[in-house]
Amino acid sequence: MRRLVERIRRLSVSLWTLIVPPTVWAGHFLFSYLWAALNCAKAGRFATFPTLYVAGTVLALLLIAAAGAIATVQANTPGDPPPHEQSTDLDRLRFLAVATQLLAVLSAIGVVFTATPVAFLTDCR
Amino acid sequence: MDADNRIRQEGGTTAREATIDAIIGRRVTGSVLPALLLAACNRHQSALAPFGAEAASTRTLTIVLLVAAVVIAASMTLLMRHAIRTPGERLTHDQGMKLVLWAGGVFPTILLFALLAASLPLMRPAPVSPADLRIKVEGEQFWWRVVTAPGPGQLVSANEVRLPVGRTVAIDLAGGDVIHSFWIPGLAGKMDMIPGRINTLVVRADKPGRYRGVCTEFCGLSHALMAFDVVAMEPAAFDGWMAGQRGASATASAAAPGAALFARYGCGGCHAIRGTDAASAIGPDLSRYGNRATLAAGILPMTTANTAAFIRHPEATKPGVRMPAFDHMPEADAVAIATYLQGLK
Ligand code: HEC
Ligand SMILES: [Cu+2]
Repeated sequence: MRRLVERIRRLSVSLWTLIVPPTVWAGHFLFSYLWAALNCAKAGRFATFPTLYVAGTVLALLLIAAAGAIATVQANTPGDPPPHEQSTDLDRLRFLAVATQLLAVLSAIGVVFTATPVAFLTDCR
Repeated sequence: MDADNRIRQEGGTTAREATIDAIIGRRVTGSVLPALLLAACNRHQSALAPFGAEAASTRTLTIVLLVAAVVIAASMTLLMRHAIRTPGERLTHDQGMKLVLWAGGVFPTILLFALLAASLPLMRPAPVSPADLRIKVEGEQFWWRVVTAPGPGQLVSANEVRLPVGRTVAIDLAGGDVIHSFWIPGLAGKMDMIPGRINTLVVRADKPGRYRGVCTEFCGLSHALMAFDVVAMEPAAFDGWMAGQRGASATASAAAPGAALFARYGCGGCHAIRGTDAASAIGPDLSRYGNRATLAAGILPMTTANTAAFIRHPEATKPGVRMPAFDHMPEADAVAIATYLQGLK
């Protein structure tokens, strides 16, 4: 665990972690629509036990949580007192990391809010 | 006028501005307010005066959402007022961040989720069984073809939907020509009528009475003149009505002079009257015309004069109507046909 945290801390500044949460959210959104549309078109009704849908939602949340965890580690680099407002690599990393954290929280809420109606629907009408 | 004078003297406002103020003021209190109050009195076509379970829960949800919105807006306003008036440095950086986290993040998320969860059960359609009554309604420019209990012994009619109180009814909706939308505000939410597709709306009325439905998808020039009557009846009365309506129309009127005129003018090319040669389904079925409360799809009161006028000049009532004008028809003929049609009960 320690080693993992160390590794993450040494990762260079990257926009990729920042992009992951909203992309996963978008993917899950599409997945939800396809889930409903395909079930209704092919089976004519909602799946009674949506294991696949629950698995897809959990996977999306895990991916978002992973991006959020990496961002949290990067945002808390030790031995770097505030303020963080210089154009140094470290301050840029902190900025991106905090933005990623916030996006991860938002995306997780988005995924839950999208999944709830799917769980509530019982009928293709 | 006193107030106007005072404004003119004190504020140096020009007389014209004061007059405009007075007019606007008078208009607001003189017409908008009563109109708003009157809208609340509308009991036959209002989502706020439900006669069915689905509309009732929609109204409850609307009230919950409205109250929530007002409470949120008011507390935000108060919070902002407080923030603007409070001198700086009252909160430490940490306290400020905590406030943002709880008031700006956690609280809205929980609140939105609660509102979402409160509204979702309404998306579940009511259960329906094959034994339940079905009514098929097709939207046409600019009227409604209504078939009660489709199948053997079905009852074909137009511009009027009758349903029994306390029983589940499945309404199968289709578009005959273009997309329409079927909405009985007091009964349930609206649902689109799409050509080539059947959408099913499951409803249950719980209060007998006469109500009104409308088309809520722009479908042509007379879209706003496409409504229909809704009659919710006690189950026993409904069964009696169904039994009585299925057969041929009152035969006594077959001898009426209007019957021959109806055939001679070729009205049967578009209209059907059960028990006569007229059997076309292009226009509204007129078999029980005399029983309807309105004509031209909920637009005019059912009187002989209105019917006669509509026969000669339907376009005067409904722009773009799909019935030709019979302007060469003598008025006496139109009245005779109208009398005959109104005798069909
Ligand atoms: C080309 C087809 C056509 C012909 C011919 C025609 N109609 Fe119509 N008629 C319609 C259509 C379509 C409507 C529906 C109009 C609307 O409300 O938008 C209608 C509506 C009516 C209505 C009102 C029905 C209701 O339920 O409110 C009456 C009454 C009527 N027609 C009488 C006649 C008579 C009488 C004749 C012969 C003189 C006639 N029509 C000939 C197509 C036709
Ligand atoms: Cu319409």
